[in-house]
Order: sequence, then structure tokens, then C-alpha cells
Amino acid sequence: MKFNAPKSANQKTLQKPKNTKYVLKRLSQYLLHFKWMILLAIVLAVISNVLALLGPMLSGKAVDAIELGKGMVDFKTVFYYCFIMVIFYVLSSVFSYILSILMVKISQKVVYQMRRDVFNQLMRLPIGYFDTHATGDIISKISYDIDTINTSLSNDLIQIVASLITVIGSLGMMIAISPTLLLVFCFTVPLSIVLTKYMTGKTRPMFSKRSRALGELNGFVEEMVSGQKTITAYHQEQNMIERFDKQNENAVTAYYRAEYYGSMVGPTVNFVNNLSLSLISVFGAILFLMQHLSLGDITSFVLYSRKFSGPINEAANIVAELQSALAAGERVFKLIDEAPELEDCQDAVVLENVKGAVAFHQVDFGYTPDRPILKKVSFEAEPGQTIAIVGPTGAGKTTIINLLMRFYDPLGGEILIDGQNIQSLTRESLRKNFSMVLQDTWLFEGSIFENIAYGKDNATLEEVMKVAKAAHIHTFITQLPNGYDTILSNDGVNISKGQKQLLTIARAMLLDSKILILDEATSNVDTRTERQIQAAMLSLMEGKTSFVIAHRLSTIQNADLILVVQDGNIIEQGTHDELMALNQFYASLYQAQYS
Amino acid sequence: MRTMTNYIRPYLLRMGYGFVIKFFGTIMDLLLPWILAYVIDDVIPLKNIQMIFVWGAIMIVCSILALWANIFANRKASGVARDFTRDVRHDLYVKVTDLSSKQLDQLTIPSLVSRLTTDTYNMHQMVGMIQRLGVRAPILILGGVVITMTLEPVLCMILVATLPFIGLTVYLVSRKGVPMFSSLQRYIDQLVKVVRENVTGIRVIKALSKIDYEKKRFEKTNQTVVDQETKANYTMALINPIMNILLNVGLVFIIIVGAQRVNAGISEPGKIVAFLSYFTIILTAMMNVTRLFIIYSKASASADRIEEVLLKTKDLQVKELPVLTSDYFIEFNHVNFSFNQKELVLEDIDFHLKKNQSLGIIGATGAGKSTIIQLLMRFYDVSSGSILINGKNIQSIDEKTLREMFGVTFQNDTIFSDSVSENIRFGRALNDEQISLAAQNGMASEFIENLSEQYDTHLEAKGANLSGGQKQRILISRALAGHPKILILDDASSALDYKTDALLRQAIVKNYPETTLIMIAQRVSSIMQLDHILVLEEGKILAQGNHASLMQHCDIYRELAVSQMGGQIYEV
Repeated sequence: MKFNAPKSANQKTLQKPKNTKYVLKRLSQYLLHFKWMILLAIVLAVISNVLALLGPMLSGKAVDAIELGKGMVDFKTVFYYCFIMVIFYVLSSVFSYILSILMVKISQKVVYQMRRDVFNQLMRLPIGYFDTHATGDIISKISYDIDTINTSLSNDLIQIVASLITVIGSLGMMIAISPTLLLVFCFTVPLSIVLTKYMTGKTRPMFSKRSRALGELNGFVEEMVSGQKTITAYHQEQNMIERFDKQNENAVTAYYRAEYYGSMVGPTVNFVNNLSLSLISVFGAILFLMQHLSLGDITSFVLYSRKFSGPINEAANIVAELQSALAAGERVFKLIDEAPELEDCQDAVVLENVKGAVAFHQVDFGYTPDRPILKKVSFEAEPGQTIAIVGPTGAGKTTIINLLMRFYDPLGGEILIDGQNIQSLTRESLRKNFSMVLQDTWLFEGSIFENIAYGKDNATLEEVMKVAKAAHIHTFITQLPNGYDTILSNDGVNISKGQKQLLTIARAMLLDSKILILDEATSNVDTRTERQIQAAMLSLMEGKTSFVIAHRLSTIQNADLILVVQDGNIIEQGTHDELMALNQFYASLYQAQYS
Repeated sequence: MRTMTNYIRPYLLRMGYGFVIKFFGTIMDLLLPWILAYVIDDVIPLKNIQMIFVWGAIMIVCSILALWANIFANRKASGVARDFTRDVRHDLYVKVTDLSSKQLDQLTIPSLVSRLTTDTYNMHQMVGMIQRLGVRAPILILGGVVITMTLEPVLCMILVATLPFIGLTVYLVSRKGVPMFSSLQRYIDQLVKVVRENVTGIRVIKALSKIDYEKKRFEKTNQTVVDQETKANYTMALINPIMNILLNVGLVFIIIVGAQRVNAGISEPGKIVAFLSYFTIILTAMMNVTRLFIIYSKASASADRIEEVLLKTKDLQVKELPVLTSDYFIEFNHVNFSFNQKELVLEDIDFHLKKNQSLGIIGATGAGKSTIIQLLMRFYDVSSGSILINGKNIQSIDEKTLREMFGVTFQNDTIFSDSVSENIRFGRALNDEQISLAAQNGMASEFIENLSEQYDTHLEAKGANLSGGQKQRILISRALAGHPKILILDDASSALDYKTDALLRQAIVKNYPETTLIMIAQRVSSIMQLDHILVLEEGKILAQGNHASLMQHCDIYRELAVSQMGGQIYEV
């Protein structure tokens, strides 16, 4: 469709404050729906980790019973504790499996909901959004970005809970052993917080950049693979490979940069832990010499300090994943937050019992305010009339249709249907009163029957066959191996552009609406077929106010009103005979046909 | 997966280097507890505070070395992952550009796109992770086993005995889980397809108020994806708990057996304590190995999908065929063609075109007009018969030479997201003058000059910011720009008004005298001035000749002409 947006429209949207808190808040709104399941998950995580934490203590007790030495081992105690250990470990494992299942369930529910929200948002967005955003980019949000969030949710949440429990548990143990020695952590914990914060600040933009670079690669690949035939025809493979390499380089470099800093996190946290260990060794030894601690105390303190810092180390590994998830979340939420098509006005009425009178009054429009496409356009069409719009390409013909169906709203003036301003109507009822056949045919992957019946709920096979016959596509369909059940595949070679257009004509014929739009509706149909379906087209137009855009002037000679559009203005209007008599632009166009 | 290992091979040395550094770092990590033990056992009894500080300093030095080594190795690993991914993605794309139309039809475009993107991302992630975790974990396991071996060989055997069970668990679970991830990918492709359809058809969907219907359709695929992913993850989640049970039961066995041995005086309690801590180290390392395994299994599904494309053999080979002397420039000799080896799309297509003769093809939708062009350009091979250019069978002309003869505009051709001039130039060595000349002859210069940045104006992907007519003009200019030997316009001017269409034809005749024009059209007026016209119906040539002779002999052609031109028939 016609659209003359400035090229920066795409790039501009990428700059936005990186707002972690906001993304987290939005994510937690999703999680809140499952608060009971999450609560259960947390309880399970606590139980399973506490059981696991108790394991070493139990084995310690068992070891105590062994420690008595040769011939004096208290087997009864050893077996007792070993038995409890087995039970604890088995329970812990069972709980942890249930926990995993629960988390998979929760994250899948969230992902399901999120994909649905993105999709529903897509359905709400104004047409302008699709005119300005690459398909591949939109798709990468609903697949790759949401998938990243998914991975992070299902793995990282449990990890975080488990880490917290272990940290708190071992902290308690250490306090019990020696509060003095715990002072070591007063140095190392803040150090690790500062370092982590510093690194997070550094890596976060890198991960956003990575997300963006991958999005760009997606868009590029989509474009190139779709245009493969053209590339081959011009033997530009080598050239495209070079361009691909550049995109590829950007993507892998962005990925590398993110990892370059992201992979610092793990070793750094590990370093802080090692530092703690060194300090504990030194000060523990000194405390021991001052007889504040026993040897056994130091040993268990070190063990627990390992347990204490181990999960922190793990959590640091997760930070990288969390960050890409946040960056992905930001992109997803940005789409969800995109301003939807304006709400119908509050007292919007449902358009009913349409007669089909259409009027434009002084309509101004431009896709960007600084570049007017239509200037003070006015015309009136009575019910049942056929209005043809002619003019050179780029003059604004399709724009009139865009405005009429409220894909865009005019910047000035008003558009009336049966005397009602279309902005005072609900969009759905407005659009329901149109049927249209466009130059760019659109069919989806589904059976031919489904494609024709698309606009009418509960259409019967008889009805579909009737319109298919009228559109002269029935014979072709019956020759297909599966007839009306033949699945149209997206890139299928089994159907030509003209046949596609006939299917969309059949689709429009099935609708029962008062206003018809034919935007180059037969541009891909050969003239012979076109002539054969002429009768059907006429009966389709009968009793309807029809707007016809066509280049073949022969098809519009009989229109009740011909609007000649040039440079955003209607320069001539009238019937064919009137315009020929006027002997200006239209007449020259008409004569040019046969030169 | 096999092909992927070939891609790893060039980096083995670099990986080895990284591994050595990582090994060093891991050893530093392992040294710390050993030093601590030494301090407790041997330094403290000396009651020498200075020595304690010295050993403390040594520990800190080790920590710093470990920090450096791990960061260094991780970065090396990321570098290898980057280079590996770059190679794979490059080769994959090269392969995609090399696929024949038939292969493209089979693999489908959306699936190729996801192989080039999602699947290569998975590979990237795996190669990085395997290097970062894959060295540390085995070292910890191996180191653990070696040290426990020296401590207590019998207890060590128990530990080692649990390992095969763990291996078996991982193997069995992933054998079930991996195929699940492969089919998951297929469902994701389906989901992407639905989204793509909705994005491209949004106008129709809104106009027909089918939003709720589409939402339901999406919900259905969304649900399938979620169900499949849940199932796959449930299976994979089995690995960890089972491993935990195995290892910890092993631990209990060690205590029980150890108790017996201590009681018998063969072992000491201290060794058992040491054993337990090493057991923990090994357990953590094993956990990391399974994590790797899960990533590996996900990535191997991706690797297979990538490989499937990489292993495709070129299916349009250049053959050695004799060159015939011929008066004709382009010849179709009794060509039959079928896409699926079943129904013929083209039947007995036979025509001969002399140098500088122009060709028009007209016929009903689906008559096979575009297919003729696709065969001439060798996007597909004929099923039988032959196509010759200058007496040379096109199957014997190498692709580059063949394709360079053509300038072509397909039905629904592609505008790339790039500037206007780049879209016309399309990578060829053409200067600005040639570009603007082509635009002039392609009837595009007028509207281009009215754009905000003229030839530098950025066009959206698929020409979203152009009208149908503007797109066609740019595409025609692209085809003209290379001064091709053969210019093919496949319904390329359907969105142009008659006046522009006529001017275009005049410009081509006047300014491209060396170019053989082939035009597919639905308007008689577009082709009536061409030297030779084929009237096609249902894959067969109904009649051929020039306009005048067709007007005389071909009823259908005459009917067409009359209906389109309202009885004003011009003799040429």
C-alpha cells in the first residue's frame, strides 16, 4: 500500500530508556496470575532444598559415629542416619521434579499468555504500524524474544529460590559457629554487590544491542530469502552474500560483545568467593591461635561458606540469561504498549441498515503531516452508484480507500456514510459494510473452501461453489486433486496470481455488504477471463455503492461518477461522456490507451 | 551433527589454547582448599602469624590468577563461538542462494528463514556454553576421581560405579527428549507462519472483521506449541532428580562401606570426611554436565536442520552438450514440463525466435506463461524437449553466463529495503548516470525525482512505501539498467496506466536496439507490436505469429483484442 513515511520511522523507535524496573513490573504482572502455583513452587523449592541442606549434617552425624575408630564403629547409628539420608534425598529429588514440572507449567502459561497478548495487540494496532515495520522484526518479537523470556523463566526462577534458601540456611549455620569470622563477609559481600552492579550496568546495553542486531538479521534474512528468485535471476548471489556477511558480522559481534562482558560475571563472583576463603583462612587461623575457635569449627565454617557462596556463583551465571530476557522483555512490552488503533469514540453507534450514500467533505490527509497526499477532497456518491477513481500512480487513489475504511483517519474534513460521520461509528460495523478486492491478493494457508468462506461465518459449500462458479474459478478448483479441500500453501506453486485474485473475488461475492471496493481487482486476471466474469462482477456491484480503481479505462466507462485524481486533488469529476466532452486530462488518458 | 564438527575443526587449536588456560584457572580454584588444609594441618601448629599471612597472600594470588584465567578463557570461548557461528551462517546462506527453485519450494521460505536465524542462534549458544562449562566440569570430575583414588581406592570404585548409571539415565532420557524438541521446532514454524499471514493480510482481516477468528486460529497453534514444549521439558526435567538420587545413594554406600573399613582398621575417618567433600565437587560438576547435555540436545535438533540444507546437492548441473549451429537466437523444442512429475504444466511448447525479434506471450491466468520464463532462465529443468540459446542448450551454459544475459521483472518482484538507486543498481557495477538513464527509460525518473531524497530515498522492505505502479517502474528500471541481451517483463506493467505503458514500450524499442524483448501481458495492446506472439491456453500453444496473422487466424486472440480495445483495431 501507498505510504511515504520518512525512513527514520523504523530506527527512531529503538531508542528508549532501558527501564529494568518497568520490565520487571510488567513481567511480574504475568506471574501474578499464577500466584498460587508460584507459591506452591516456592514451598516445594524450600522443602526440597532444606532436605538437601540437611544431608551433609546427617552425613556428619554418621561420620561422628565412625570416628570412634577401629572396632568401635557404632553401626546402629551409622545405619540409622544413612537410612534417613536416603529418605531425605529421595524426597528431595521427588519434590524437585514436581517443582520442575510446576515451573514448566507456569512458564508455559506465561509464554502462552504473552504470545496471545502480543498477537491480540497486533490485531489492535493501526495499519500504519504494519506499513512501517518489517514483518521479520515483528515475528522475531513473538518467537525469539518470547522464547528467551521463556527459557529464563523456567530455569532461572527455581535457581534463584534455591540459591536464596541455601544462602540463608548456610548463613544461619555460620552465625551459629562464629559471628566474628562472619565479619569477613562484611568486606566481600559489598564488594561482590558493587562488582555485580557495575557489570550489570555494562552488560545490559550490550544485551539490548544483541537483541537488536539479531532482530535486524531476522529482517534481513526474511527479505533476502523471499527475494531469492530475483537475486538468482540477476546473478547477484555473491553480492548478497557479501551483504549478508555484513549483517552476520554485526550479529555475531553484538553477540560476542554481550558475552565478552557477560562471561566476566561468573569468574568475578568466583573470585570474590575465593577471596572470602583466603580471608577466612587467615583470620580463622588467627582466631584459632587466640583460642576463639576450634579446628572443627573452621572446617565446617569453610564448608558452609562454600555452600553460601556457591549459589551466588550460580546466580551470577543466571544474570547473563536474565539480562537477555529483560532486553527481550523490553522489546516485547514495547510492542504491547504501542498505541493501538484509536478507540471508537464513546458514543459510537453501530452502522446499520446502510443505504450506501458516501460523501467526502474537504478531506485533508497525509501519512505524515508534513507531506499532504489529499488536499480538500470532496465528492458525493449516491446509494448504488459506481464511482471510479482514475489517475496516475501515486496520485492518492488507494489513500481514498484507506480513509473510507478508516485504516487511517483524515487530518481535516469529514467522511460521511448515509450522512453520519464515520468517526462516530464503531469501526467494526463500518468495515462490515464493505467488501473489497485488492490488487495484493491475500490468501492464508488453509483449504480453498476456508479461503473463500473467510468473510462469511457458516457459509455452506453450496454458497461457496456458487460464487466460485460466478468467479470462473470453480472448474479449476474441481480439477485439483482435493477440490475445495485443497490446502493452499503459502509458497505453493500450484496457483497463479490471477487464480488467487479470482478466489478473492469469489470471497467478496459471498459477502453481503452495501459498499464495494475494487482496487485493481482484476489487474492479475487476463482479459478473457475478466470478460467472462464481467456479468458476475456486475451482479456483485448491483445495488451496492462501488468504488472502482482501475487502469483499464474500459472497465470504468459505465461508472456513474468518475473522479480524476492528480497530485492529491480531484481535478475532474463527472461521467465518461462529460469528461470526454471536457477534453482535458481524462480524455488524454483515455486516448493514450490506444496509441 | 557430523557436518557441524567439521566447522569446529579449524578452531580446535584456539579452543585447545582456551582449554589450557581454563585448565590452569580450574587448578588454581582447586588449589585453594588444598592450601587451606595445609594451613590448618601444618602452618597453624607452628603458631607463626607471619607465615599465616604469607599463605593468605598466596591464596589471594591464586584467586587473582583464577579470575584472570577464567575471564580470558571465557572470552576465547566466546570468540570461537562467534567465528564458528559466522562460518556456519555464512555457508548456510551461500547454500541457500545456491538452492534451485525446486529445492526452495520443498524447504519453504519460512523454514529456511528460521534455520538461518533461530537454529544458528541455538548453535551459537551451545558452542559457547560447551567451552565455558565443558572444560571445567570434566576437570573437576577427573581431578576428583584421581584424588579420591589416591585416598581410598575401594571407596573410589563405588563412586566410579555410579557414573555408568548416570550416563545411562542421560542417554535414555535425551533419546526420548531430543525428537520432541525437533517436532517442537516444526510447531514453532507453524506458529510463525500464522503470524506472518496475519501481518501481511492485516487489511483484509480488519476489513472482514475476522480478528476474533484469527485470534482463535493463533490460539490453537499457540496451544499446540505450548503443549509440545511442556511435554518435551517434562521429559528432560527427569535427568536432574534421577542423577541426584543416584549420586546421593552412592554417597550413602560410601559411608556404609567406609564404616565397615574403618571398623576393620583398613581406613581412617578423616579420609571419609575428605571423600564426602570431593563427592560434592563431583556432584556439582555432573550437574553442569547434564545442563550441557540439555543444551546440546536442543542444539543438535537445530544442527540437523542446518545440516539438511548444507548437505543439499546442487541439482541443476551444467552438462556437456554439443553446440548446434542455428539461425535462431532462442529456441524451445517440444518442451514438456511438470513441477511434480504428474500433471504437465507445459505441453509441447515449440517456438523459434531470431536475433532481435521480440516475443509476446498472452493467455489466460494459469496458462503457463510465467513457467516458460522460468524454464528459459533455468530455474527449473525441462521434463523433456530442449531449450537453446544461440544453438547452445541452456543446460550446458554455466549459470553465471546464462543469467547475465537476462534482465527480468517477475510478477510480484521484490523491492529490497535500500535506497532507490541501490534497488535499481542491484549490486552491479553501474554508475549513477546509467541508473538515472534506466530510470528514465523505465518511466520511473519522474516520480523518483519527486521523492524527498530522490535516488537516495530509502525504500521499505517489499516497497511498502511505494504504490504498485511505482514498484513496477523501479523493477523495470532495474531490469533495463544492465542493458541485458534478453529483457523479460512478466506482467511487469499491469499497474501502469496505458499511457505510461505505451511510452515504456517506445523507450525500450528506441533505446535498447540490441535487446531481445520478451513480454508477458494480459493486454493485447501491450504486446501487439511485438514480432512474435504466443497465445497460450492450459499449458499449450494455441497459436503463434504476429499480431496481424493472429487477428486473422486465431479466434480467441481476436476476441481478446476486440474486447479490450472496443473495436478500435490498428494494423501494425
